[in-house]
Amino acid sequence: MIVAVASGKGGTGKTTVAANLACVCGTGVALLDCDVEEPNAHLFIKGESCGEPETVSLPVPEIDEARCDGCGECGRFCAYKALAVLGTRVLVFPELCHGCGGCMRVCPKGAIRETPKRIGTVETLRADNVTLVQGRLDVGVPMAPPLIRAVKAHIPKTGDAVLDAPPGTSCPVIATLRETDRVVLVTEPTPFGLNDLKLAVAVVRELGLPFGVAINRADSGDGRVRAYCRTERIPVLAEIPDDRRVAEAYSRGELIVDALPEYRCVFEALWTNIRTMEKTANENAPATRLSTR
Amino acid sequence: MEETIKPRELVVISGKGGTGKTSVTASFAALAAGRAVLADCDVDAADLHLVLTPQVAASHDFKSGREAFIRREACTGCGRCAELCRFGAVQPLKRPMGAQPLYAIDPSACEGCGVCVRFCPVGAITFPERLCGEWLVSETRCGPMVHACLAAAAENSGKLVSTVRQEARRLAEERDLPLIVTDGPPGIGCPVIASVTGADRVLVVTEPTVSGEHDLARVLALTKHFDAPTFVCVNKWDLNPETTERIERATERAGARPAGRIRYDRRVTAAQLEAKAVVETDAPSAEDVRDIWKKVKFETGN
Repeated sequence: MIVAVASGKGGTGKTTVAANLACVCGTGVALLDCDVEEPNAHLFIKGESCGEPETVSLPVPEIDEARCDGCGECGRFCAYKALAVLGTRVLVFPELCHGCGGCMRVCPKGAIRETPKRIGTVETLRADNVTLVQGRLDVGVPMAPPLIRAVKAHIPKTGDAVLDAPPGTSCPVIATLRETDRVVLVTEPTPFGLNDLKLAVAVVRELGLPFGVAINRADSGDGRVRAYCRTERIPVLAEIPDDRRVAEAYSRGELIVDALPEYRCVFEALWTNIRTMEKTANENAPATRLSTR
Repeated sequence: MEETIKPRELVVISGKGGTGKTSVTASFAALAAGRAVLADCDVDAADLHLVLTPQVAASHDFKSGREAFIRREACTGCGRCAELCRFGAVQPLKRPMGAQPLYAIDPSACEGCGVCVRFCPVGAITFPERLCGEWLVSETRCGPMVHACLAAAAENSGKLVSTVRQEARRLAEERDLPLIVTDGPPGIGCPVIASVTGADRVLVVTEPTVSGEHDLARVLALTKHFDAPTFVCVNKWDLNPETTERIERATERAGARPAGRIRYDRRVTAAQLEAKAVVETDAPSAEDVRDIWKKVKFETGN
């Protein structure tokens, strides 16, 4: 089963939930850190690196100036303005390119070929019971989704995988959540937590994924998150108490299940609840977005 | 004729999410006392409005890019689109045995490149503009505010960020306000780059945890890359004083300036529950935030 741990708001405890969950859900689980802008799971799951990180690149256009006659077809086609035609010269802006390959196909002179542009790395680390795969976006590169797809290519064919998603609700989150089996939305019982939970719920419903909520720092704030989950019939899969010792263990890079073993049962119960969660838990989801419009 | 002063923009970001960026920005909004336009550029998960309770004066559709759509009645099922799409957005539909195959675009995967549209041999694919959300101009008790909401599962949050900043600047010039205070998104990717490009000053709010420290290094590399003068403050500093000191030393080594510390204070959540900025309450940490504001607002030092 592929379980994604996500949240609209940052800092609600996604990595905490994902890393601790991976440690209690049996041997041979893969933890994939899809927060490639700020990968943090390795700070908590300390493993041995399995060889050199793999370089991930995006195919970007390169102009053969001998063949190019400056007709401008590539620049007119590019939806991302990654090619600009100045007089008879074509300028390429690789940082804007999504790597669709369209310019190469539309060029009537066959003057464009693709060349790889590095965007980041994917590294595999082995710890006791967990294999950690983490993506790391190069600083200054705007495009996270292709790197996230490269991380997800490491999801094992059999067995369980836990995905640590980036915060937010836009492209990097969608790239992470697509084709997962279950989503855990981590939130906190505050107005910010609730507002961002609602946004995240809209996204997982849009994608038609079964999901539940884990409430972190559960006894801070107020009861509005629980009331919302009740009204929307969203299962609450776990509640993690607001305990300064948890915050301190986290600050030192320790797993809660190791530093405070009394919390182990919270994550074991979360795992059980995810497994037994009904596939139809997400009642308001559209059956499929593909077939109708 | 009076010379107009170009408004200056302070952008608050964090690298790691949930470090208190928005709480700090809301306090700055209150401390700016009507002299600033406020911009919420965390368009993925905007929260500033929960504290500043804006009255929306105008809303505008945010359209960005296009998305492919296969007209079922025209599709011959040749599969050329599926072959060419590099984003896995063209998917075969379930069909009865022996029936002609059909394809559809998954809008959550379509990046709007137009390759399938161009190369469909029967012209069965349309390419309408994509509605990605809306941006709003509002009035708050602390001054005018520009904010946005991204549609669920939409993309191009970077462009929406640029739109919000542009409008905030326009509004500041129009109303002759000297300041723009911007609440930025977490991370270091596209929306963050769109937030810090051309900012007059950046404040990074971090926390003394292994992840806060790790993410700060990356975010400082980013602000250096984009040449933005950067300050750093440590929220909940007393959670781990050693890490706080290490962070402040690393800040200076990276060419940024420490701007102060904010104590661990449960009253911050209480303020949020009352939809108040921390400095509008008597929470102990309000004093810490005021000290930081004195350092980062534009009048002193530079």
